[in-house]
Amino acid sequence: MASVLAEPEMASGGRGGVELAGIVKRYGDGTLPVDGINLKIGSGTYCCLLGPSGCGKTTMLRMIAGHETPSEGEILIDGTDVVGLSPRARGTAMMFQNYALFPHLSVRDNVAFTLRVRGINKKDRYREADRVIEQVQLTELSERLPSQLSGGQQQRVALARAIITRPRVLLHDEPLSALDEFLRLQMRSELRELQRQLGITFIHVTHTQLEAVAVADQVVVMDRGHVVQSDPARTVYAEPRSAYVARFMGGQNVLFGRLEAVEDGIATLRDEGGRGFRLRLGGSVRPVGQRLAFAVRRDHVRLARDSAAPPAFNAITGLVRAVEYQGTFVKVTIRPDGSGDKDDLFVAYVEEGDYFAAPIGIADRACAWWDLDEMHALAAD
Amino acid sequence: MRRSQFSADRRGWPFYALGAVFAAYVVFLYGPMVCIYLLSFQGPQGGLSFPMRGASLHWFEQLIQQGDTGDLMGALSRSIPLALIVMVLTVVISLAGGLAFRNRFPGSGVLFYLVIASLVAPGYVLSIGIGLMFQLLGWETSWYTSALGAQLSWTLPFGLLIMFAIFGRFNRSYEEAARDLGASQLQTMVLVVIPILLPGMIAVALFGFTLSYDEFARTLQTTGSTNTVPIEIWSMTQNVTSPSIYALGTLTTALSFLVIGVSLGAIALIQRRRLGSVTGRS
Repeated sequence: MASVLAEPEMASGGRGGVELAGIVKRYGDGTLPVDGINLKIGSGTYCCLLGPSGCGKTTMLRMIAGHETPSEGEILIDGTDVVGLSPRARGTAMMFQNYALFPHLSVRDNVAFTLRVRGINKKDRYREADRVIEQVQLTELSERLPSQLSGGQQQRVALARAIITRPRVLLHDEPLSALDEFLRLQMRSELRELQRQLGITFIHVTHTQLEAVAVADQVVVMDRGHVVQSDPARTVYAEPRSAYVARFMGGQNVLFGRLEAVEDGIATLRDEGGRGFRLRLGGSVRPVGQRLAFAVRRDHVRLARDSAAPPAFNAITGLVRAVEYQGTFVKVTIRPDGSGDKDDLFVAYVEEGDYFAAPIGIADRACAWWDLDEMHALAAD
Repeated sequence: MRRSQFSADRRGWPFYALGAVFAAYVVFLYGPMVCIYLLSFQGPQGGLSFPMRGASLHWFEQLIQQGDTGDLMGALSRSIPLALIVMVLTVVISLAGGLAFRNRFPGSGVLFYLVIASLVAPGYVLSIGIGLMFQLLGWETSWYTSALGAQLSWTLPFGLLIMFAIFGRFNRSYEEAARDLGASQLQTMVLVVIPILLPGMIAVALFGFTLSYDEFARTLQTTGSTNTVPIEIWSMTQNVTSPSIYALGTLTTALSFLVIGVSLGAIALIQRRRLGSVTGRS
């Protein structure tokens, strides 16, 4: 179909590869919400910017969108520096957190807005808008005003309004935060599916770890204006680079110990309570006596009532503090012997059947242990 | 189940005390007005006070026939255009001011207090000041120059304060969304910002119109040789001793109610169009 949407700036053929080089955002009061970010997001990638509030992820997104200007650095989209260009010239489109649907315009007029401001006549822009509205399955509601729609429907309108611009990069600012749990899961998979259909780059800001690992090809974990890890979802979850990432992603127990010896690439460590640990250090060389952080996945530990002597290495004993049934597994929280109030609690995810075969209750003593291959070393924060 | 202390079947004495205060308020507010409306329909033989001697429109006729009762039609022919000019200027300037004050700029605090100060300044004194200034500059005072300025010093701070409240609830992401979709600044203003703010702007327009139409203190020394309605009424009370003065009161009040009714109706219409019932549409 000969479309009114053929835009000269879209003719470059790029599919939305984004590269950030040395991006700094400095506010007037001297704060640095974004402090030197270098990041590559491949074209056609679903990328999640993940981090706690105030980590700079939204500022980062807004700079890519062209709603804020970086103080330093370059933003390249398909190889062109877009700093200073309008959102339309960048080929980006943004989905706002509250959707920002124009309350006085119908669904059709909201979606057709970008064509209206480009001076395209009513007949053509409505034909194009109706086509996109059909794509998000809102045809019956196209005469409605945004206030007459549910949250999920509003989000689809916002999506339609964004994709009608034929962006190379679609930016989502916490797109699912306004929805209830059920809709959130549904919209999450719809977003992923839409990204696959369109084949363009999605950059999605969220503070929810499970949301990020569920949808993203690439998860970028941020902390205080820095990128602390940028990897495929599975790597970020299973092999967090640092203690910060391990703690933030969840699913891991973070432990500390001093290096006593390294033999055949296997390090022996001892923590303050005298517990011994063994893990593979791989290629990295660390001096003996250094305090190292390391992690073991919560679902890769075995748990038993503390009876006989625990294994000499890679074991934690302590008092069970909490037991939470989670459906497919049971979350057992242990306070390790000798730990203080500020120390991490140890969490084991026990497969449901295993747990109920030999249940361990609150205030019972328990022992958790694991193989040395389940552990991996973390970088210092 | 615990029963609320505010439940309908057991009300304490404060309810009745406050109810009495409110009733007194209503009586004092509307009692005199109702008296005046009634007396304006006094029969031709009737006087300035009760009892009514028949009912007629005699005093309205007297009023409209320019003559010994004063030049009411003339006053209206000035007051209404003046109120309309003040209304338009108030809406435009306070919208611009509201947009400007969304960001802190150097001197914004001082400017704000300067604007608010003109609310506090005694209107009559301001009026004399403007009159004197015009005299000093050798300009002639008139309703469309000096009186217009004097009235704007009163309506603009009100308009601006209302605009602050309106902008306080206005989400800037609408503008960003418009920009994101390729709208120019002008398109964003005309197609997005103004339509969204329209109910609030009608409220400001209503304020501008009624404040101007009722304005007395600031207009007294600035209107020049010809009067606006409130000043005409005031001068009539000095020398007219017939129920015409009541007819005038009824007429001007009716006009005010008409303006308010039209404005509120327009706001309600916009709101209903935006929040229209889901069932009513396909």
